[in-house]
Amino acid sequence: MEDIIQVKNLVKRFGDFTAVDDISFNVKKGEIFAFLGPNGAGKSTTIKMLTTILAPTGGEITLNGNDAATDPDAVRHSFGIVFQDPSLDDELTAEENMEFHGVLYGVPTKLRRERIQQLMEFVELWDRRKSLVKEFSGGMKRRLEIARGLLHHPAVIFLDEPTLGLDPQTRNHMWSYLEELNRTEGITVFFTTHYMEEAERIAQRIAIIDHGKIIAMGTAQELKDKTGKESLEDAFLELTGRVIREEESSVTERMRAHGRMWRGGRR
Amino acid sequence: MKTIYIMWLREVKRYLRSKSRIIGSLGQPILFLLALGYGLGPIFQKAGAGNYFDFLAPGIIGMSIIFTAIFSGIQMIWDRQFGFLKETLVAPVNRLAIMFGRTLGGATVATIQGVVVLVIVIIAGFRPANWGLVPVAILFMLLVALLFAALGAFVASNLDDMQGFQLIMNFLVMPLFFLSGALFPVQGLPTVLAGIVRFDPLSYGIDSFRILLVNNGIFGIGMDLVVLGSVTIVFLALASYSFSKIQV
Repeated sequence: MEDIIQVKNLVKRFGDFTAVDDISFNVKKGEIFAFLGPNGAGKSTTIKMLTTILAPTGGEITLNGNDAATDPDAVRHSFGIVFQDPSLDDELTAEENMEFHGVLYGVPTKLRRERIQQLMEFVELWDRRKSLVKEFSGGMKRRLEIARGLLHHPAVIFLDEPTLGLDPQTRNHMWSYLEELNRTEGITVFFTTHYMEEAERIAQRIAIIDHGKIIAMGTAQELKDKTGKESLEDAFLELTGRVIREEESSVTERMRAHGRMWRGGRR
Repeated sequence: MKTIYIMWLREVKRYLRSKSRIIGSLGQPILFLLALGYGLGPIFQKAGAGNYFDFLAPGIIGMSIIFTAIFSGIQMIWDRQFGFLKETLVAPVNRLAIMFGRTLGGATVATIQGVVVLVIVIIAGFRPANWGLVPVAILFMLLVALLFAALGAFVASNLDDMQGFQLIMNFLVMPLFFLSGALFPVQGLPTVLAGIVRFDPLSYGIDSFRILLVNNGIFGIGMDLVVLGSVTIVFLALASYSFSKIQV
């Protein structure tokens, strides 16, 4: 099968700090791929580069046959994304958020209306379509974001810790939907999570990243065999150690501090 | 085109939905009109400079436009903090179209605000010198609004959080307003101040409103148009450039 995501020697540095250190991997078309790692390991930074909102320091990214550096708009058409933190407009209704996305992605009006209804019914938000997003709970927002990310029928969907803070019902529902889409439409799913049992149950292949490097890759079984552990959680701890890492936000802060410095110098 | 439209629509919808924002932003111009218009009016009259309320009204319209326009641009910082900015950044559309659409939306909102203030001063007794020129004045309001919405967007593209807000307020918005001749006649000022006033783009905006509404300007409408138009283009270009450089 062809590779839908190809990453070659990807590097991202913020000043002296190397967030992503020369990683290479491929994801096959139609695969469900989990990207695991402790806080601050470089997961979100990698996703940001894959989704063209952060420019890499070095390396190549090809997504659905398009180069992220030279043809970002073609890449942007090929994926949908659910970010770690909400990215909805709270002052608009659920339906308006969907509309907005559909127009930006150039989905024709008639098709857009159909898909919006279909997707919102699926995530069980069609009855609430006229409600402002600020009235929604965290789980509802997450469901809406998933529906929105799929509206333009992307080839790949990225999910950055999509189940964080969701109850088991919502989580289950979400995954069964994504698995169904993966089966019927052949959509490639790329996700990060801290729930190891989730990765073990859902993902066909797993990469573990730590300190900006990919330290292991394979099926859950392969990772367990490699470390000689019973569960993926134990295998993960064996590979990444038991030391508690600094918070993920520190990477963002570093980035911001760097941004300020850089902009200050330019002005 | 569709991108510009949807970005514009979002700004306008958000504005029309927040009643508190509409009412809140009218408080300040009304206060200025009351306190300065009626408070300083008699002295202005005694100095032989004519009716201060008529002189002040175009300045207050300019004030409500610059405040609303700059803040609509600055709102992008909120978009960044609440994450919505990322939704526009991953979209496969031209960055220039995104920037132009949202700036046009912010400018539309600021123009509506300016027109509302115009209606209020008319209710309070202000009479335009020539009613036929009022639509032209509204077009100039839109131009001024576009200029400052682009400036706000430019500033917002270069800031990460609201910490710089106070700085923008005290070192950008307030000086632009107070040094624009909105409150005082710009003839016969000390040389330094007169020079600064000529450097402030809002001076030309307010001058155009005075020419069109009370037939009392100094730079001339052609000059106003050229300055406002070219500064707007420069700010739009700067804002688009900074926006295209944003990384999250």
